[in-house]
Amino acid sequence: MAEEMIEKRRGFLVGSITAMMGAITAALGIPSLGYLLVPPHAKKKQNWIEAADLSKLMVNQPEQVLFQRVRRDGWKVVSEKAAAWVVKTGEQQVVAFSPVCTHLGCAVSWDSGNKSFVCPCHTSSFSPEGKVMAGPAPRSLDRFDVRVDGIKVMLGEVKQSAEG
Amino acid sequence: MLKSVLDWVEDRTGAVSGVHHFLHEDIPGSSGWHQVLGSVAMFCFLVQFVTGLLLALNYAPTPPDAHASLRFILTELTAGRLMRGLHHWGASMMIVVVVLHMLQVFLWGSYKKPREATWMLGVILLLLTLGFGLTGYLLPWDNRAYWGTVVTTQITAKAPIAGPYILRLMGSEDGQIGVQTFARFYGAHVLLLPPLMIMLIGLHVFLVRRHGVAPAPVETAPQKKFFPGQVFKDTVAIFIMFAILFALAAIVRVPLGKIADPTDTTYIPRPEWYFLFLFQILKFFEGPMEIVGSMVLPGIAVALLFATPFLDRGAAVKLRQRTFAIGVVLFAAIGWGSLTYAAMRTTPHKDPWQNFIPEDLAAVGSFRQGQCWQCHGVTPGDSKAGPNLADIAVHEERDVLVAHFKQHAGNSGLKDLQLRQLGNFMRKLDDESVAAIASAPENIVGGAQLYMKTNCGICHALNGAGGKSGPPLNAVAKRRDRAWMEGHFADPQKFSPGTMMPPYKFSPVEMANMLAYMETLKD
Repeated sequence: MAEEMIEKRRGFLVGSITAMMGAITAALGIPSLGYLLVPPHAKKKQNWIEAADLSKLMVNQPEQVLFQRVRRDGWKVVSEKAAAWVVKTGEQQVVAFSPVCTHLGCAVSWDSGNKSFVCPCHTSSFSPEGKVMAGPAPRSLDRFDVRVDGIKVMLGEVKQSAEG
Repeated sequence: MLKSVLDWVEDRTGAVSGVHHFLHEDIPGSSGWHQVLGSVAMFCFLVQFVTGLLLALNYAPTPPDAHASLRFILTELTAGRLMRGLHHWGASMMIVVVVLHMLQVFLWGSYKKPREATWMLGVILLLLTLGFGLTGYLLPWDNRAYWGTVVTTQITAKAPIAGPYILRLMGSEDGQIGVQTFARFYGAHVLLLPPLMIMLIGLHVFLVRRHGVAPAPVETAPQKKFFPGQVFKDTVAIFIMFAILFALAAIVRVPLGKIADPTDTTYIPRPEWYFLFLFQILKFFEGPMEIVGSMVLPGIAVALLFATPFLDRGAAVKLRQRTFAIGVVLFAAIGWGSLTYAAMRTTPHKDPWQNFIPEDLAAVGSFRQGQCWQCHGVTPGDSKAGPNLADIAVHEERDVLVAHFKQHAGNSGLKDLQLRQLGNFMRKLDDESVAAIASAPENIVGGAQLYMKTNCGICHALNGAGGKSGPPLNAVAKRRDRAWMEGHFADPQKFSPGTMMPPYKFSPVEMANMLAYMETLKD
């Protein structure tokens, strides 16, 4: 009988220790996961930047444009150089590709001989429409949001292209 | 399955029997609740370690980014406030627990032979804990951090002979503190102190095990096992401590002040509460005697702590018979308590808005006049239609903000200039300005608005902003009384002949507001 009481008491003690330690671990662990994994609260805003002059672009002739953009990087606001491949596809229509290869992030450039964007790293190549033609790239080139305002070509955010 | 894994681990490492050996240590029959504090102290350190590590993952350890990144943690990250709160309150909690642990050991006389080394290691651990507090205090890089550390470095600089070298060791040149001091404090806080602390805690625990938990002078009950009885008591104590800490971190918000400003002469520096008694002692020793307060007395106190086991070499006796020890503790507690109380009493209370330039204080008035509070809460947890200003950082350009004001408070009678100034104020939004929106008295805010409207700042400087052709207005309330100021506004020539100041005809309400504002300018 006494043995049984001691066993019961021991079970209660061990159970309580586990429960309390578990509660503390959860109270620290769950907020820690939120702290590390949830992105910053502030929403990103569309920032239109004038990047090219429509009248100077030739139809279906990709042109690299360099521009300065302001980006929020954690606790900093940085002003940085950015690049885009701009292609005039119609009278008032322009598409702008991010120059970042969708495979591993090398900078792609336009090969006018082969009429394709080529990546210097793993020989991925993309059509003038940004579609993958060869190589390991998993998806088409990402595109900037584009707005044409008179002759001003304005670039917004980069949108990730669909898979495949 | 589990058993075979455990068997494998045991066979290859001996870890299972090691843990078993650790938990099933024999402890005296008299052991109990009074001996839980060491475990609680160790757990405090663990919480500081985890929260400190998490903070470091989003913190830029160099000024002025330190302040910006902490602000980012507080406003942009999920549970960022909680992490900072845990680390801040955890520091105070750890000091309290470590001191309580020491008091218990002292009162029970557990430092007696053969446990002298355990005690002395404990004193070093106490000093390391204070070292964490001292170095961590600078890291938010707000005015409180900056000016508190200026005072600390100045105190050590006065040490005979070694002073300049200590100052140099702390990265200070010509008594100034800057990025070098910051780097050294940060380095000490995260690279030097933690491993040192971990090693010495390990050694401390090893010695406790080597000599066994201190028994009562006369043990009547048979020995027991550490697990589960004593572990249960330790865990309950840890749980209670953690619950208090968590509640503090979640409820009591630790403000992040304005970014450190070495030119701000109006800031009143104070150290953290556990250093206040030292701060107060310094007031009793002036001139060449100062080192008595800053070095000699604290030095003697630490030496006495170290020497305690050798000063008291008598045989162990019951707590009730240790009258001298109890007397020492009471004397120390009263001394510490009254010094701390005196320091707190003589700390002038200054609301954050008292450091504002008039433009910012007037912007608080615009906020109220525009009824921005209809949509925006300014106290934590106050949920309204718009974002709560206590929880966010404002990233918008000023013109975007002005457009927002016009759209939502267009018919409030605020002028464009006032809206732009409100926009400037909002872009600087921090814990202090949010507190000011909630707490700055109506009449004083009205005074500041009138101050802006009548362009007093063209001639007068106040809190560092404004012209130089008139006398600066800080401390004007010390120089002039209310009646003088009232008369002076109406007829300046009568009170200071030849002055450039034109007379002002304020309405009675305006005059009352203006005078109330001027009367807050005491330093």
